Amino acid sequence: MTQYSIQNTKDSKLKTEEMVLNMGPQHPSTHGVLRLELVLDGEIIKDVIPHIGYLHRCFEKHCEAMTYPQVIPYTDRMDYLASMYNEFGYAVAMERLLKIEVPERVDYIRVIMGELQRIASHLVAIGTYGADIGAFTPFLFCFRDRERILHLFEITCGARLLYNYIWIGGLSHDLHPDFIRLTKEFIKDFRPNVKELNELLSYNRIFIERTANVGVLPLETAINYGVSGPNLRGSGMKWDLRKDDPYSIYHKFDYDIPVGKGEKGKVGDCWDRYYVRVLEMEESLKIIEQAIEQIPEGDVTSAIPKRIKPPEGQIYTRVENPRGELGYFIISDGSLNPARVKVRAPSFVTMQVFGELCKGWMVADVVAILGSVDIVLGEIDR
Amino acid sequence: MMYDWLYNLTGSEILAMFIVSLLPLFVFILPFALAAVLAERKVSAHMQDRLGPMRTGYHGILQTIADIIKLLQKEDLVPHATDKALFNFAPLLVFMGSYAAFAAIPFSGFFIGSKIDLGIIFIVGVTGLVVAGILMAGWASNNKYSLLGAMRAAAQIISYEIPTLLIILTVIMLTGTLSLYDLSEMQTAYFWNWLILGGPAVGLQKILLIPLMILGFLIIYTSTLAEVNRTPFDIPEAESELVSGYHTEYSGMKFAMFFLAEYANMFAVSAIVSVIFFGGYQSPFGYLGNTLGWTWLVPIEQFFWFTAKGLFGVFVQMWLRWTLPRFRVDQLMAFCWKYLIPFSFVILLLVGLITLM
Repeated sequence: MTQYSIQNTKDSKLKTEEMVLNMGPQHPSTHGVLRLELVLDGEIIKDVIPHIGYLHRCFEKHCEAMTYPQVIPYTDRMDYLASMYNEFGYAVAMERLLKIEVPERVDYIRVIMGELQRIASHLVAIGTYGADIGAFTPFLFCFRDRERILHLFEITCGARLLYNYIWIGGLSHDLHPDFIRLTKEFIKDFRPNVKELNELLSYNRIFIERTANVGVLPLETAINYGVSGPNLRGSGMKWDLRKDDPYSIYHKFDYDIPVGKGEKGKVGDCWDRYYVRVLEMEESLKIIEQAIEQIPEGDVTSAIPKRIKPPEGQIYTRVENPRGELGYFIISDGSLNPARVKVRAPSFVTMQVFGELCKGWMVADVVAILGSVDIVLGEIDR
Repeated sequence: MMYDWLYNLTGSEILAMFIVSLLPLFVFILPFALAAVLAERKVSAHMQDRLGPMRTGYHGILQTIADIIKLLQKEDLVPHATDKALFNFAPLLVFMGSYAAFAAIPFSGFFIGSKIDLGIIFIVGVTGLVVAGILMAGWASNNKYSLLGAMRAAAQIISYEIPTLLIILTVIMLTGTLSLYDLSEMQTAYFWNWLILGGPAVGLQKILLIPLMILGFLIIYTSTLAEVNRTPFDIPEAESELVSGYHTEYSGMKFAMFFLAEYANMFAVSAIVSVIFFGGYQSPFGYLGNTLGWTWLVPIEQFFWFTAKGLFGVFVQMWLRWTLPRFRVDQLMAFCWKYLIPFSFVILLLVGLITLM
């Protein structure tokens, strides 16, 4: 409700002390292994110092020792809630470097998978956000629906979390014969569930009290820090790489880019960021519906090169990951291994602005703000 | 009464007192806690599209017993930097506070630990021990999360006692008694004699009282939710912020004490609410025992009605817990001081005016 101004207690006769509270890495709501050092005045935050790196796996250095296709399983492990999209981004980058045209069916399947992944990822974001605020039931409702998406992935490529499905120039398998039918059923069942979720959580009075007007991220700050994805759109900017820097076949579909409107509070508050994700799931459903209708026949493995040895050069490609702008900067020295793979991870960039957002709020709000920016530590630490 | 009966039976004052004081624990609190923990799991599971525990026994009915065995087997861990004496004493104090409340709760016309005249005040006073215990636990743990949790709990419980007491005061003003037994006896016969429907008042007075009483009931139920730290007021043990608040450092049987006290408290407060507004152990429509002429059946029926009302209150607490998110600490305080307390004052005033009529 109210953001507290940080008062100077020096003039007061009472001796007060700041308390440093260590939050994480083993805290139930730091979404993984983030460690926050909170400097508190009572329950009010004076400063936040995030400590990252508990999940560092040397992804970028590791890539230099791998051949190009061998990098794909490692991209899976960055943002483990959106593995499909990490592969998607890497495949698009490599195809641009190699100048490969992929068959149309491959593109359609990639878009379907990518959007299903976006829904699955947003479901985790929304569900865990509810749990952070104290509503545990929506969390399990979200996981129930996510389970069906994971099942769709499982029948397609055999894995539920780390897929290694989207390859450079194609896909590892074609769709399962049941896939289209099950996806249609999922869409049909999922729409009412979103409504139920809205009634249970989004428009709940207590939930609004906790999130509206809290942790406001002004558009200017967001742009200055390079925040992207739903967090930027929550601050009111219509910026989505699927429309603004098109890749794959996103230009063929009809869908909207939802933005935060400050319906319950100020534009760019926690509620806006949260609600943008809810609306995005609906838009993803639209894309999937259209893609399923239009999907052509074809061979998904025909364009996969036998031996990947790109010419000397470099490429930067960015895609709209569920968490924002996922960029791959790949330098090739003409050998079988990449000379450098640098990843611009959206969560890492969002983490920078987190300290700004928290100052002057209470301990309980740190949890609310952290949940609303939806970070994945696997991607921050890489 | 039970004490007299036991005194006649055993012939010893001390023995009778001993049995009377232990009876609620073994007959009621322990079985209730076992059942309530399981019920909480099953209720939450079915609300969330899950099954809950299914492996231990038929549909998991042995789950809590397995949990208790696990907790008993655990090492009794006392962290190095704690204040040992306070740390060990705190769970006992919390449990004592919630257990002592059962002494004055009338389970039926016959099964009542102590028929003291100051019943309500005794319960409110003795549950105040819980606050002391919680503060002790939070301070002695030497853990910042515990301290924050304890601080919140103390502030919250003390604040929410005010609207609770104001509503109780209203009822006292209306009925002229502080004894829970007398209060229950006053609401006898049929459900329109319950205080939520104006109690024994008649005519215009009764009609005017009904809306005030319903509002009063809502206020007292909300405040008691806060007093037992249940969602949406469970901020002292807000899992997502404070790990588990004041009992973060506790394990094994000491943790189980807190747990048991929480469930005992849940029942105690819904029992008090049911005594004040829903006739306590009185049946809503006469007794089968009286109709048939079997007087021994009446106390059993009363016990049934009392537990049924109490358990329904507990069920609603669970229902709310698995539906609502949690307030923030300042919002919680604002809710109490800006809405509940003024409203209770208004009710107090209006009921006072109506009784003058």
